[in-house]
Amino acid sequence: MYQFEYHKASSVDDALNKLSGADDGKILAGGMTLLPTMKQRLAAPSDLIDLAGVKELKGIKVDRSSVTIGAMTTHFEVHSSPDVQKAIPALAALAGLIGDPMVRHRGTIGGSLANSDPSADYPAAVIGLGATIKTNSREIAADDYFKDLFETALGDDELIVSVSFPIPKRAAYQKFPQPASRYAMVGVMVAETADGVRVGVTGAGPCAFRVPEMEKALTAKFAPESVADIKVSSDGLNSDIHGSNEYRAHLVTVMAKRAVANA
Amino acid sequence: MGKVSMTVNGKAVSADVEPRTLLVEYIREHLRLTGTHVGCDTTQCGACTVHVNGQAMKSCTMLAVQAEGADITTIEGLAKGSELHPMQASFKENHGLQCGFCTPGMVMAGIDIRRRHPNADEQTVRHELEGNMCRCTGYHNIVKAIMNAQV
Repeated sequence: MYQFEYHKASSVDDALNKLSGADDGKILAGGMTLLPTMKQRLAAPSDLIDLAGVKELKGIKVDRSSVTIGAMTTHFEVHSSPDVQKAIPALAALAGLIGDPMVRHRGTIGGSLANSDPSADYPAAVIGLGATIKTNSREIAADDYFKDLFETALGDDELIVSVSFPIPKRAAYQKFPQPASRYAMVGVMVAETADGVRVGVTGAGPCAFRVPEMEKALTAKFAPESVADIKVSSDGLNSDIHGSNEYRAHLVTVMAKRAVANA
Repeated sequence: MGKVSMTVNGKAVSADVEPRTLLVEYIREHLRLTGTHVGCDTTQCGACTVHVNGQAMKSCTMLAVQAEGADITTIEGLAKGSELHPMQASFKENHGLQCGFCTPGMVMAGIDIRRRHPNADEQTVRHELEGNMCRCTGYHNIVKAIMNAQV
C-alpha cells in the first residue's frame, strides 16, 4: 500500500471539509473494498477521511412507511436488527448474504452503495424496493442513482448520509452466488409495493437495473409463472470466466421466479 | 507517523505507526504477537481473524489507526495461564486442526459464531465459516469442535 494521510472526521461537514482540502482524498467507511484495492495498488489516494467516528451516520429508524438506515450502519447491524427483520425481512436477509461474518461486522451500506460494485447485493435492494439515497446536499431516487460500472450519481463533494427504503407489501431476494467469492453472479429483489411491483437486478449488468416487462407481468398477476417466460436481453450484460452474458441473462429469469415464489 | 493506542488482550498498548500499517502488522511486528496469521492478505482466508470490541474482524483489512481506542483480543488472549479457553480445548479434543495455520482464525471465528448462535447446528456453523479457509480441508473436525465447545 502506498503512503497516505489519515484523518478522522467528527461530523459530515468536517468530513467534507477534509475531503475538499485533500489533494486526492477518499472517504473511508468500512474499508472492505477500499483497503484491498489500495493494497493491490489499484487505488492510491493521498488522504483517507475515516467516517467511523461520525455518530450521525449510524443507526436504523423504522416508521409506519419506511426503514431508514444510516450510511455507516454495518451489514451485520441491518441483518440482525429486529426492526428491519419485522418491517422488511427481505432486506435483513439480503444483508446476511453479503461477504462473510467478519466482513459484515465492518462493511457498511453507504460504502457498498457509493462503490456500486456490479455484483454487490445492496444495489438490488435499492432498485427493487425503490429506495431513496439521502446525501449531504439532496435526495436521489433509486432509478437515478446507478449510472454505470462503479459509477453513481454522487458528485465528488457528495456523501451518502442515509438510505430510506419504503416498506413493501411483500418482497424477496434471491441470489446465485459465485461459488468462491460469494458475490452475486445474479441477484434479484422482487417487491410488491403500493405503487406496483418492482424487480431489481444486480450482478448481471454493469450496474443494478429494473426489468419493466417482469414488473408489468407481476403487477397483473404476482406468481412465478408470470415471469417464467420473460427473458432479458444478454446484450451488454457482464461476461467473465465465471459465466457468460447469456448465462447471466438466463439466471435473471430463474432468480426472479424464485424470488416471487419466496415473497 | 501517528500515535495509536488500544487495549490488546487486556493490556494498554500504544505506538507510533504509519497510517498504512495494517492492524495485523501492528499485532505481529510491533507487539510480536505472532499467533495471528496472515494467509491470503486479501480478506478471504480468515487466518488473521481477531476480536475488535467483541466482534470477529479480519485484521489484514483494517488499519491499525482504525483500531484507536478499541479493545482487541487475539489468540494469545484466550487461555487463562495453562487453562485453555473452552473453544481451544474443543479444538484439541476434536482434533480440529491439521497443519494448524488457519487454527488461530478458526478459533477466533468459532467463538464469535457461538456467541451469535449459542446452539448452532452443523449447517449454521458451516455457513458461518465461509470467511475462514482451511487449505488442508480439515473442515469436518473444525465444525465438530465449534459445535461442541463448552462455551
